[in-house]
Amino acid sequence: MTILVIAEHDNNELKPVTLNTLSAATAIGGDIHLLVAGSNCQAVAETAAQIPAVAKVLLADNAAYEHQLAENMSKLVQTLASDYGHILASATTTGKNFLPRVAALLDVNQISDIIAVESADTFKRPIYAGNAIATVQSSDTVKVITVRGTAFDAVESAGGSAEVAAIGEACDAGISSFVGEELAESDRPELTAASVVVSGGRGMGNGENFDLLYSVADKLGAAVGASRAAVDAGFVPNDMQVGQTGKMVAPDLYIAVGISGAIQHLAGMKDSKVIVAINKDEEAPIFQVADYGLVADLFEAVPELETKL
Amino acid sequence: MKVLVAVKRVIDYNVKVRVKADNSDVDLANVKMALNPFCEIAIEEAVRLKEAGTASEVVVVSIGSKSCEEQIRTALALGADRGVRIDTEDGPDSLSVSKLLAKVVEKEAPGMVILGKQAIDSDNNQTGQMLGALLDRPQGTFASEVKVDGDKVQVTREVDGGLQTVELAMPAIVTTDLRLNEPRYASLPNIMKAKRKPLEVISPDDLGVTVSSNLSLLRVDPPAERQAGIMVGSVDELVEKLRNEAKVI
Repeated sequence: MTILVIAEHDNNELKPVTLNTLSAATAIGGDIHLLVAGSNCQAVAETAAQIPAVAKVLLADNAAYEHQLAENMSKLVQTLASDYGHILASATTTGKNFLPRVAALLDVNQISDIIAVESADTFKRPIYAGNAIATVQSSDTVKVITVRGTAFDAVESAGGSAEVAAIGEACDAGISSFVGEELAESDRPELTAASVVVSGGRGMGNGENFDLLYSVADKLGAAVGASRAAVDAGFVPNDMQVGQTGKMVAPDLYIAVGISGAIQHLAGMKDSKVIVAINKDEEAPIFQVADYGLVADLFEAVPELETKL
Repeated sequence: MKVLVAVKRVIDYNVKVRVKADNSDVDLANVKMALNPFCEIAIEEAVRLKEAGTASEVVVVSIGSKSCEEQIRTALALGADRGVRIDTEDGPDSLSVSKLLAKVVEKEAPGMVILGKQAIDSDNNQTGQMLGALLDRPQGTFASEVKVDGDKVQVTREVDGGLQTVELAMPAIVTTDLRLNEPRYASLPNIMKAKRKPLEVISPDDLGVTVSSNLSLLRVDPPAERQAGIMVGSVDELVEKLRNEAKVI
């Protein structure tokens, strides 16, 4: 049966996490349709049509979908659902926001945040902050699923030429509206998409000291993250938080600086390929998961690291 | 305005969970249980709305066996006015929970329903959104600020990359993120008082809902253990290893 994947985008660009979610769809098997719902998002649909894994792009271009409000998105997806055996979205704050509504409208459960596809109806997902992995089977007629992007390799993004079909009337529920947003401006890659992440913890001491990490990050083309302790202490904003209550990352290289390694932090980064820990406390639990540990004063080690990269 | 808060009894967040030897589930025998941390934030927000004069009554609902009355009492000690327990086996799925809650909402007619964004056991992050869909009401998920303004509420949401503010027509559903507030501790006099607050028990039958599930848990495994690596003695050694051994820079 055909699979519907809902694209993650900002009306200008297709977000790379969509390629990871498509990868989960290919593991399920079947034709894949990709829904691009937004406003003035033709360019996104054109990019999406070049993905070889996508058989057809559905373009719902209407002001009602500009900010992908959950109330409107869920009604749109509901109108399309009867053609599909699986409906997938990325487990981002956008996907997590609207997809459970879709599931409820279809009177089925949602399988959240899958990390592996065992078969078309059986999936693995982390529970208890990643301290256990559940294998769940669904007998629902349509499987509604959010996908943890970092658990799947991205599919190819170019070389295909799928048909783009404009669809549907506007589904405007009329009960919610967008007021505004404050998005962090940064030239660095986004945390969940970066191949290198440098994170700081309470050991950084204050927000200004994060400049040390930014310097290293700029040399490595890395994103900068933080532990919950650093966020709670007010050093940096919450959107930098890596962990169970923040973002899940799995870069090729993760450098943890002044982070002790609480379970809640480890849950967000332990799938990184190579983990480096720099901490002055040799007993810090972070060293138990690190591939390379350095017991050192970060205020000496980090500037030295920067000069040697 | 009445505010309804839905709460869940979960394993205490400080407890390290263990998978049962037969891989059927995690082992919850003799483990400390507590109010889900995000639910605590939901109660706190509701109580603050009452203290500010915006809310007139705070009703707390939980779904499960008799043991979850302990968490309802905790919520009452934190300032909720009365409790409702829907008597089921522990751990119905999110869709069943949402259907039960939707019936309670229809009966109680609150102006706002506040829930935690997710429970720290199943980590589903679904119930608030599903409830919104079943009731055809708007939602403000992952809230870091809630401002009631007449018959509308502005919710600032923690989204990837920053904050987003939406305006919702009430009745509305709000799910809490960590930075919405810092929950208070229950004082001893309030814990005593909470014992005398009303707590109603109703059955799914009373609400006309059949609790069932099309999801089955086949097995539970511990996560793959990460092996500890090596300690390096200097930044030079670290850079050398990353370049030549791990080949990641």
